[in-house]
Amino acid sequence: MTARRSGRRHAARAYLAAAAFLVAAVLVSALAGAADLNPLATAAALVHLPSSLSPLDRAVLFQIRLPRIMLGALVGGLLAVAGAGYQGVFRNPLVDSGTLGASAGAGLGATLAIVYAGGAGTAAVPVAAFAGSLAGVAIAYAAGSVTGSGTATLLLAGVAVSLFLTAVQTWLLQRSAQDLQQVYSWLFGSLSAATWQQALDILPYSAVSIGVVLVHGRHLDVLSVGDEEARALGIGPGRVRLVVVAACSLAAASAVAVSGLIGFVGIVVPHVIRRLAGASYRLVLPLSLLAGAGFLVFADTVARTVAAPAELPIGVVTALAGSPVFVWILRSTSVVRT
Amino acid sequence: MSAITARDLAVDLDGVPVLRGVSCAVGSGGWLALIGPNGAGKTTVLRAVAGLVPHRGTILLDGADLRSLRGRSRARLIAYLPQSPMLPPDMTVEEYVLLGRTPHLGYLRGPGRRDKDKAAAAAELLDMARLANRRLASLSGGERQRAVLARALAAEPSVLLLDEPTSGLDVGHAQQVLGLVDELRRRSGVTVLSTLHDLTTAGQYAAGLVLLHHGRIEAAGSAAEVLTEDLIRRVYAAQVTVTAGPDGTAVVTPVRPSRK
Repeated sequence: MTARRSGRRHAARAYLAAAAFLVAAVLVSALAGAADLNPLATAAALVHLPSSLSPLDRAVLFQIRLPRIMLGALVGGLLAVAGAGYQGVFRNPLVDSGTLGASAGAGLGATLAIVYAGGAGTAAVPVAAFAGSLAGVAIAYAAGSVTGSGTATLLLAGVAVSLFLTAVQTWLLQRSAQDLQQVYSWLFGSLSAATWQQALDILPYSAVSIGVVLVHGRHLDVLSVGDEEARALGIGPGRVRLVVVAACSLAAASAVAVSGLIGFVGIVVPHVIRRLAGASYRLVLPLSLLAGAGFLVFADTVARTVAAPAELPIGVVTALAGSPVFVWILRSTSVVRT
Repeated sequence: MSAITARDLAVDLDGVPVLRGVSCAVGSGGWLALIGPNGAGKTTVLRAVAGLVPHRGTILLDGADLRSLRGRSRARLIAYLPQSPMLPPDMTVEEYVLLGRTPHLGYLRGPGRRDKDKAAAAAELLDMARLANRRLASLSGGERQRAVLARALAAEPSVLLLDEPTSGLDVGHAQQVLGLVDELRRRSGVTVLSTLHDLTTAGQYAAGLVLLHHGRIEAAGSAAEVLTEDLIRRVYAAQVTVTAGPDGTAVVTPVRPSRK
């Protein structure tokens, strides 16, 4: 009984910490930038209280910073949840949306759109990235689902499909070198053109995919004891894998469509959560959602402020800033239990 | 709680016949041990009963064909413990034991208060409650085996399928685990079907023994009937003596073959 109470307290503390991290990221990001907003007035405006912000400051906050924060949080949450979900399905902490062909498919889709459909900034790019991402995973899944084989075949098929799609993309780029710059700046990811509309566009896919992954936390815990024991416990591992991979791929495709390729988040955030809060996916998935959202909002704030008025690609920031922090966390924590 | 009857059981794995014409039965609350050399098909019998490999012939649970039970309804009745269970290293004992409630949960429903109570009771029964917050990786061999057993009992099954429940345990911990299983069987009436590689131990704990050889039944009956020097020499190609222990059960002692 005592153990259970302390387990509940542990979960409550973890949720509180992750939510506080996200709120802090949103506040810092709302205040940071060229326009100097008054912190108290900004906080008041954010929760719709009477505020002394000028109309111009209001426009900066609500039309420039907030859509970008909103989109960053959504993309970060999607990438982290998708990463955690893939890791659960494959029982491998090094897997993320890139492993099964989602990133390579999105890259090829975006490249096709940039080279043949009018360049970056057109509506064709996110649509092609979204479709390419889902197609990449679908091809890998079809190629790697051999009856009776385990997850290793699926992973290897994902690697093979990724290499193939990347090769096609490289070939396309080599033939049209004038588009190289545009493709590369898409590949490294950016939220600089964020609008409310973009966030609204991916909201339905995000809601469905996140919802589906979250309700499968318990099933992923069962899969962690192996396919055979999962079946002996009455769970069909093949069906759980298909549903979770489909939902994670939808999440990754939604993220990649509006932000380009942002690595690192899907692997590092769930890993840090596991170190701090334990291995159960019933906790890892929702905490990854919150922490991933906060992490990307922080990273994007850094991306648009450190070299202002220039912007760094956010994918570079997540890796540059994230890696040392990640190594520090790896070295300074063991799994904390209460 | 439940009787199991297998009739003319046959299993092929990758086109290779692994079991042929296996018929055996264990009554409700009984303990039947499958013995035999490596590769004789012992584990395959358990996996067939657990519904993990397709089989021909019939397996009856209280007279009902197991094929009529699917997924969760089968898992509610039958708990299967593989020889080397995969233990997620960072999972806590509490979370792991709670997984045993899976067959009782709907697809979208998480474990509720009742499930947590049942899991806690199973952990308590195996003296694992005080280790509830420990990571599985930090447990000793004996504690791991008890955690796995607690997970199985959390489902409140009528049948326990145990594949070499004492592998990797020293003699003291092996006795402890088997003693626990026997106590559970007596107390709750759970039916036990297990493989055991130690012949003496098998004879001491199981009421009936089935000796498998090349996927077929070589002998079946009480320990006195199955554990004979002649049978063991023939099936295992081993030299042993069989004597009566202090309580009258057979003691199988390996004899080192004389050097030429």
